[in-house]
Amino acid sequence: MESLDSVDRVWISRRYEHCSGCRRCEIACSLQHEGKIWPEASRIRVFMLIPGIEIPHLCFQCEDYPCVEACPAGALTVNSQTGAVEVDSSKCTGCGLCVNTCPGRVPHLHPERNTIVICNLCGGDPACVKECVKGRWNALELVPAGSVASRKPLAKTPEELTRETALKILGKEVLKEALG
Amino acid sequence: MRGYAGRLLDVDLSSGSISETRVPEEDLKNYVGGRGLAAKIAWDRLGAEWETVDPFSPENILLVLTGPLTGYYPGSKTCVSGKSPQSNGLVGSTVAGEFGVDLKCAGYDGIVVTGRAEKPCYLFICDNHVEIKDASQVWGAAARETLRFLVRKTREDVSRIRPRYGEAKEPSILYIGPAGENRSRIAAVMSKYSHAAGYGGYGGVMGSKNLKAIVAKGFGPLPDVYDDEKMLRLARRFAEDCLENTWFRRWGTGGGGYSFGAETSSEPVRNWQTEWHNKRSYRREEFDKYWVKKNWGDFGCAMTCLKLAVIRKGRFKGAVCDNPDYELEAYVGTNLGIFNPEHNIYVSYVVNELGLCGIQGGAVLGFAAELHQRKILSKKDLNGVELKWGDPRGFAALAEKTAFRQGIGDVLAEGVYRAAVKLGEKKKRNLLKYAVQEKGMAIGAHGVRSGRDYISSRIAYACSVQAGDHTSPASPMRKGDRGELSSILPDSGVYCMFAAFGPTDSEILEFYEAVTGWRMTLREWYGEKALRILQLQRAMLLLGGPDFKWRPGVDDDNPPRFWEPLPSGPFKGRRLSRRRFEKERLEYFKAVGWDEKGVPKPRTLRRLGLTDVEAKLRRAGLVT
Repeated sequence: MESLDSVDRVWISRRYEHCSGCRRCEIACSLQHEGKIWPEASRIRVFMLIPGIEIPHLCFQCEDYPCVEACPAGALTVNSQTGAVEVDSSKCTGCGLCVNTCPGRVPHLHPERNTIVICNLCGGDPACVKECVKGRWNALELVPAGSVASRKPLAKTPEELTRETALKILGKEVLKEALG
Repeated sequence: MRGYAGRLLDVDLSSGSISETRVPEEDLKNYVGGRGLAAKIAWDRLGAEWETVDPFSPENILLVLTGPLTGYYPGSKTCVSGKSPQSNGLVGSTVAGEFGVDLKCAGYDGIVVTGRAEKPCYLFICDNHVEIKDASQVWGAAARETLRFLVRKTREDVSRIRPRYGEAKEPSILYIGPAGENRSRIAAVMSKYSHAAGYGGYGGVMGSKNLKAIVAKGFGPLPDVYDDEKMLRLARRFAEDCLENTWFRRWGTGGGGYSFGAETSSEPVRNWQTEWHNKRSYRREEFDKYWVKKNWGDFGCAMTCLKLAVIRKGRFKGAVCDNPDYELEAYVGTNLGIFNPEHNIYVSYVVNELGLCGIQGGAVLGFAAELHQRKILSKKDLNGVELKWGDPRGFAALAEKTAFRQGIGDVLAEGVYRAAVKLGEKKKRNLLKYAVQEKGMAIGAHGVRSGRDYISSRIAYACSVQAGDHTSPASPMRKGDRGELSSILPDSGVYCMFAAFGPTDSEILEFYEAVTGWRMTLREWYGEKALRILQLQRAMLLLGGPDFKWRPGVDDDNPPRFWEPLPSGPFKGRRLSRRRFEKERLEYFKAVGWDEKGVPKPRTLRRLGLTDVEAKLRRAGLVT
């Protein structure tokens, strides 16, 4: 596994409380990878389990890549240049083991093909970030991968992230009523 | 066919049957989608018996329609329609959110709901899996509880349909609160916390069908478009226009709560007793401290002019809503004598939770308060509710009674017009002079007397086919002004007018062509297609019934209060000229091919191929 981040590698930092919910990242991502506006095929998906608490959810690039380790088909590899996970669709069987191994349950099946999709950082220049920054929402920002000491602890499920974010901006009582 | 999914979902709640309908291409070309298509479908299905169809009967249809621009334009909406329990005509009522996009991705351009379910239910749509599901668990529940249940339940159901998909996103949801369930005529179809299709009263129509909600999840892409490159190039341009509009992004329409009162003197204050205030406590900056999100929006929107407001401490702790837009700043603010942002946010939160339309709800609360002020309604009449101008708790309590139709709330749930008629009969007084409304609908929070509002036409509401709807105002159509016809474009393309300040109509039609591959000139749209939609809506409005019918010409008038001089402020004493009003009205009728009373002329209808409308109006005695 990769242990050192090369200097020019990037990482997408996320500030959930800044997300406008515009989902223009989903549009940009699906156009980039599918050539269509296709929210469910987007590698970045904005979850809104509570209105106003929008969680852009995409690969965190854990240092130890548990998904890559877990893949029984050898369909997942780490791109040595970007550090992103690459999916070899011809090998992927859609078994779902990578979803269950991911601490954030990030990967999901392509809605029409039985293969998993994972953010590949668009080769180092992610379309979602460009859109977010252009709109000055800055919920997503590109940072040097080395500037984040540890990424794996940040990898959480949509529900966990919703709870953390909602606690901060709505408070305990509202969170309980809105999410249970 | 490009830009459209090509089919509608047809759901009969009485029999439980679910089927698909294809809309003829010709109809799509002529009526586009949303409001236009709603007029066509409603006319075809109910037109012959329009006057006798009770909006709350199983015969009425509830329409939920997208448009060809939904999802592609950077700012989307969903249009809700049917026979309106307010105007007894047809209103195209739009709501923001992802619903239309999810629906199109599921493979449907819209939903037609008929009948009435035996038990409370909700409609579940996940691509081809369409089911009528039990909603008894959330019948009676307010917004938060309803959404919590539906999000959890639907994610589980979607995971069963796609077991290895991974984490399922939430569905898009349209729902009603207790107000809709209790067939209030002023209930909205809600989305998220405060997004609402308010005008028209379609929340009550959903309630009359025992339909608590519609949830949609679509796994497909948006339908293919005709010219990808051109569509994307234009969409980027339109988005950039939004991004450059820093003022609107910063404040949204809520930037107006102070200025429409202090500067243009056109804001309802204490049930429109005046339209001026100068309360600095109500400046836009004062709302800012309650915002947890400053740039908030829905799918694809580049403007993101919404704000999310939260009250974190004190007596109203826990109130969460879209920061009141201008309409709610006015109707559940100044109109109730409230000039305190926190109180305004609190009452907004309460009416949203109950599923009342903020405009119609705020209007009827203000109407009740004025009757109380004039000692026409006693505290006993109000079932003990302490109603004081500016006191949010009294209004919140009365809103709850209204949503549940308890005591006085039963008559207030009928909306301002019908409440004025019914209470007037009981009190043996003419209360319509205190009812600021148009053909059964409370009007938008933009007075026309000062002439300084963006709605400055004297006939804006009096002649609108959507009655009190401030987003569809009529005007005499002088010098290339398109009047009400211009609002039919966003309502039928089903995109957000607040994300469309930049593009011209020609550019929108260019975009429409890039999406659909169908060329449409401005002349075709304004001279023919939009005009045809207007005629249909006018015909349905005039046919009206069964409880009220509007007299052509006579009822195309301003509310009585608008004929009084403005009582205070910089435009004190200014009044509308009856003579000019009548001249403008006549000009307008002429411009759209109506007779001097506002009845579509046979010649106009024939030119537009609406001979069945002509025949129907003849049978109803409107055309002689």
